[in-house]
Amino acid sequence: MTTVASTKVRKYHLALIGVAMLILLMSLVRIVSGQNDITSSGTFAAALMLAVPIGLAGLGGLWAERAGVVNIGLEGMMVLGTWFAGWAGYQWGFMAALLAGLIAGALGGLIHAVATVTFGVDHIISGVAINLLGPGVTRFLSEVLYKEGTGAGEAGAGITTSPALKSQAPDLSLPLLSSGPDWLGSLERTHWFLLSDLAGILRGLTHGVNVLVILAVLMLPLTFFVLWHTSFGLRLRSAGENPWAAESLGVNVYLIKYVAVVISGAFAGLGGVFLVFVTTKYVEGQTAGRGFIGLAAMIFGNWRPGGLAAGAALFGYADGLQLRSSGAVTSFLLFGAVLLVIYIGVKLRRMLSSGQPAEAVTRGAREYTLVAAAAGGSVVLIWLWMTVDRLPNEFVFITPHVLTLLVLLVASQRLRMPKADGARYRRGEQH
Amino acid sequence: MSSDPLATARPAVELEGITKRFPGVVANHDVCLTVEPGTVHAIVGENGAGKSTLMKILYGMQKPDEGTIKINGEEVAFRTPSDAIAAGIGMVHQHFMLADNFTVLENIVLGAEPTKVLVLDSARARERVKELAAGHGLQVDPDRLVEDLGVGDRQRVEILKVLYRGARILILDEPTAVLVPQEVDELFETLRELKAGGLTVIFISHKLDEVLSIADAITVIRRGTTVASVDPREVTARQLAELMVGSELPTPETRESTVTDVVQLKVSGLTMEADGYRPIPKGTPVSAYADRLRAEGRRLLLDDVSFEIHRGEILGIAGVEGNGQSELIEAIMGMRPAHGDIALGGEDLASWSTLKRRESGIGYIPEDRHRQGLLLEASLWENRVLGHQTRPPARSGIWINRRAAKADTERIVKNYDVRTPSVDTLALALSGGNQQKLIVGREMSSEPKFLIAAHPTRGVDVGAQAAIWDHLRDARAAGLAVLLISADLDELIGLSDTLHVIYKGRLVARLDPSDVTPERLGGYMTGAITGTEEM
Amino acid sequence: MPAGLFRALLTVAGAVAAILVAIVISSVAIIAAGASPQAAFAAFFDFGETERSVVNGITTMINRAVPLFIAGLAVAVGFRMNLFNIGVEGQYRIAAICAAYVGSLFVAPAPIQILVIIVVAAAVGGLYALIPAVMKVTRGVNEVISTIMLNYIAINLAAFLVRGPFTGQRTEGQLTTNTPLLPESAWFPNLNVVFEMFGLPAPRGGGLWGFLVVAILLGVALWVLLERTRFGFEVKASGLNPSAALASGVNPKKMVISAMVLSGAIAGLIGLPEILGDKHSFGSNFTPGLGFLGIAVALLGRNKPAGIAVAALLFGFLDRAQGPLQFASVPPSVIMIMQGTIVLLVVIANEITSRIAMRREERRAAQQLGRNTPVEVAA
Repeated sequence: MTTVASTKVRKYHLALIGVAMLILLMSLVRIVSGQNDITSSGTFAAALMLAVPIGLAGLGGLWAERAGVVNIGLEGMMVLGTWFAGWAGYQWGFMAALLAGLIAGALGGLIHAVATVTFGVDHIISGVAINLLGPGVTRFLSEVLYKEGTGAGEAGAGITTSPALKSQAPDLSLPLLSSGPDWLGSLERTHWFLLSDLAGILRGLTHGVNVLVILAVLMLPLTFFVLWHTSFGLRLRSAGENPWAAESLGVNVYLIKYVAVVISGAFAGLGGVFLVFVTTKYVEGQTAGRGFIGLAAMIFGNWRPGGLAAGAALFGYADGLQLRSSGAVTSFLLFGAVLLVIYIGVKLRRMLSSGQPAEAVTRGAREYTLVAAAAGGSVVLIWLWMTVDRLPNEFVFITPHVLTLLVLLVASQRLRMPKADGARYRRGEQH
Repeated sequence: MSSDPLATARPAVELEGITKRFPGVVANHDVCLTVEPGTVHAIVGENGAGKSTLMKILYGMQKPDEGTIKINGEEVAFRTPSDAIAAGIGMVHQHFMLADNFTVLENIVLGAEPTKVLVLDSARARERVKELAAGHGLQVDPDRLVEDLGVGDRQRVEILKVLYRGARILILDEPTAVLVPQEVDELFETLRELKAGGLTVIFISHKLDEVLSIADAITVIRRGTTVASVDPREVTARQLAELMVGSELPTPETRESTVTDVVQLKVSGLTMEADGYRPIPKGTPVSAYADRLRAEGRRLLLDDVSFEIHRGEILGIAGVEGNGQSELIEAIMGMRPAHGDIALGGEDLASWSTLKRRESGIGYIPEDRHRQGLLLEASLWENRVLGHQTRPPARSGIWINRRAAKADTERIVKNYDVRTPSVDTLALALSGGNQQKLIVGREMSSEPKFLIAAHPTRGVDVGAQAAIWDHLRDARAAGLAVLLISADLDELIGLSDTLHVIYKGRLVARLDPSDVTPERLGGYMTGAITGTEEM
Repeated sequence: MPAGLFRALLTVAGAVAAILVAIVISSVAIIAAGASPQAAFAAFFDFGETERSVVNGITTMINRAVPLFIAGLAVAVGFRMNLFNIGVEGQYRIAAICAAYVGSLFVAPAPIQILVIIVVAAAVGGLYALIPAVMKVTRGVNEVISTIMLNYIAINLAAFLVRGPFTGQRTEGQLTTNTPLLPESAWFPNLNVVFEMFGLPAPRGGGLWGFLVVAILLGVALWVLLERTRFGFEVKASGLNPSAALASGVNPKKMVISAMVLSGAIAGLIGLPEILGDKHSFGSNFTPGLGFLGIAVALLGRNKPAGIAVAALLFGFLDRAQGPLQFASVPPSVIMIMQGTIVLLVVIANEITSRIAMRREERRAAQQLGRNTPVEVAA
């Protein structure tokens, strides 16, 4: 018992220390590179707006995969969410947009559930089909409802866009700190080491934040609570770990999977809704693969809500920074170089202090090559940082994907996906 | 507890005329069974006799086509396991039904969670589980992950799961198959305590000595129907076996020795670590390296295993499952790296791939035909090609020779009596015995020099068993060297020329099959007798 | 009836049923949109009045089907052994731009020039597919996720290359950026001669792409490879039962790498019909989405070359009707709905029919054994 409690505390502390280190590092990089946007409130506000859809899509993935259904149809469900949010939003305002997007995503989830749970179709295949269907259905609806001569057409719609939303959810700011006297804002503008950075980050996360964004962020702890602290959550996770065991204990695995996949679709749809909020209208293709990035965030986070949040935040930050200042993005190179140097330091210390002869013989060569590669990498990154003024946008867009590939490469053995994830489950048939 | 004396006198379980058909087959017909409350009732029968189907019917996983089920005197109709659980029936499955990534507690309460306004009440659940565990002598830490538990502990979790749901009737499906002897003793101790607590236990097994030691009543199932109900005090294992088989037990016996003095396979110092293969530092002999690993306290799956098999010899390996048999096979087949030397007819196999080993004359009858032996969704002739895709008649150049492969499959079907509509039938449509005959025929077809036969008659009917034994004996007479791994002691003693016992990855005894009794062999297999014996 | 024939008939029946249901669903959508389904389905078969417009229609359909067919083949190679190469989309884009650029760098006699371009495309596609294969083999990374990530990397990389290092001369008033134009020796001759043989006029534009011949040859070669050779057998075995394949001496790592690279190499050719036959460069308006559609086509064709050909023609047939549908005032995107529902319904139908076929086989085999022998079912 005590060990469990103490490891929990240590994990929590580690996370805090990690965040503190990260901020320190960002501050350093900002000072060195002179790119104030690295920790500006504007960047963090944008990052939050962009991280929310990714995080919601990731939550969609989490709900489905924890129940044992792989959902690569997130992208298609997200597309449905964007269209219906635009369509309902321009007529009845933001709440209608929210509800319509959620329901549309849930319907996409329902199709996936019917195919995979009832008919036992391979989860990947069904997901691919939904990704084809989503854009098809929305395009069709646009062509029917937004064509010239319709009411929507006069309100500013086109084949690829909806009219603007009728209303936006209200924004909130922290009194005194980030509005009115705006103390954080003034502190940020002084550009002091660390203090201004902290102020910028805090202000970005507290100034003019959409109410619904706060709600969306709350979905993370809510998901954690439901999945890990309720009986429904236990049953849902059991369907992903060992559905046959769950079945033998009288759990209705089909029903659980249905519910989970529909909720998954609803989350993906909700992610689409927030994309519509960012642009204030539906634009065809605005998901731009964010469903897949959400999936990546979930894998990055090892199928856990906390890790997923970290992944979404990272990917959102990369997007937000690029949006604010494309020059600041080159600082990533410096950032990567610093991380590599730290890695080398840790490795070298461990190698010098280690006294395990049996290990050293076989591992030595591998270690040396790793350290050498890291050193080479950091040199290349620093050189790139000094020579490249502007990173092409395309390279920023691929950051989440490259990072996810790296995480998979480095940690795939330590990642733990639900054991029966993607398995074909039929009632009464054991594996 | 009811005070009505009549209620306690009613049978706990009463099955009347249960019949279950599957497409084209009858799994159970006219099964009758009466289990008195507060007893351990054993159901014995061969593999494939219909025990498991019967228990699935009793547990609500299958619906009977005909017949009635009465629990405590009341007729019931179960649609799902939930109905059975509600009626007080619990089942401990042969293959544990546990989520590895869950704690013991989570596994136990799943599906019957104590909650406070939908929120999991872990404290109350933990208390109840501890109470139950203490009350029945089933100690397990409720907060450990199941994946960290051993087999015995997992079984305790399974039993706790059932008790937690308030089951009064427990079905245990082949509970001892995966246990080592001490664990079997502990299990039986638990069962006696449960019985003393007034619970009813239905115990399914085909291990007759165990059944005789634990059961209060025995029902024998043969070919899908109940053939006898006997009192364990009045029957011998031999009589029970005859009831199970229906006629004389087919005793495998080898005729005169055909062992030559040509060594076909030589294995020396075979060693495999449990936590992954690491190359041996240059210049260290395998035995010294194994000594060092042992000194470091590492678990060895194979520990300095050495033996020779001559042409015309069947070498049997006896042992409780999980003592290194699978790893030995994997090492010889080249599917998993190991230290030590393996030589086939004097040639060192160390650097050879599985394919090359097969090509140079190693045949393999795998222990689990569905997992390793067959492509269930492919036709019989394609299964004939499997493992022989680089050799004639299946191959010519880069091509698969379909005509020749089909013709040769026809030959196997004929010679090995594989009952099938045609060679284009999918393998999954065949019964276990026919699938196994096909595999034996396939492995013999390339005239191997050395054959690994792992549980060659597991889960096959008696007729197929006798046929497979005959084929093995014939091949031996023709000079084949065979490594026989089996859990069936009669099979081992009857077929083998030499018998080794494997225990915790070590060959602990070498015995002469002609004068060893199953009892003595069992002593070595369970580690009860130590020290190496020479014949 | 022989088991194989029965299975084939059942498959076809399932596909036909799925297509019929898809037609019903899209009719509902068309009615909801206020148009007439009859007009819509007439539009699908309306190839125009004149001989020339019929020829144009057929050419459009086949030109659309050719890359889809190649994409389907690429996907099918992986799917055959349960290797989900979702990365065909990225592989063909990166291969197409590299091949278009390399082809524009030199001038050689036509056969050599074209051959070099084909080889470059296949090599780039194969190498790009090697990345997820190596990740899977060495680090156990699931290929679905890695190929999805690599798709986005490839798409962005191709966008960057066409805008930057590989960009060519932009003509006045042109909105797209392109790689340099290929020399005429790299223009694949068209097959308009086929129409002329029947006394029909030649289609407009680039005509019937000659790459059709390469695609057909590729399909036949792949069929032979998968159905008749040892490699094909090993692919099938690895797909049906990896542990049995391992025990039978099939090296799973080698199979993953070779199947993935083969799949990627075929994927590399997807863009070539368009580049060699029509556009003669890779531009920012290059046809996207062929890789994802290839997955649909492969599923529809049950991973068999002949089936894939039928599926590709079906998709080409549907896609051709873009124009006529507009004339009939039916939203042309109904095509996308039809394609999506057909795929979903066909995979569901496949599940159902294969279950029926298996049950029938079991019953037949059991009959062979005699009726009343009890058999342990599902241990």
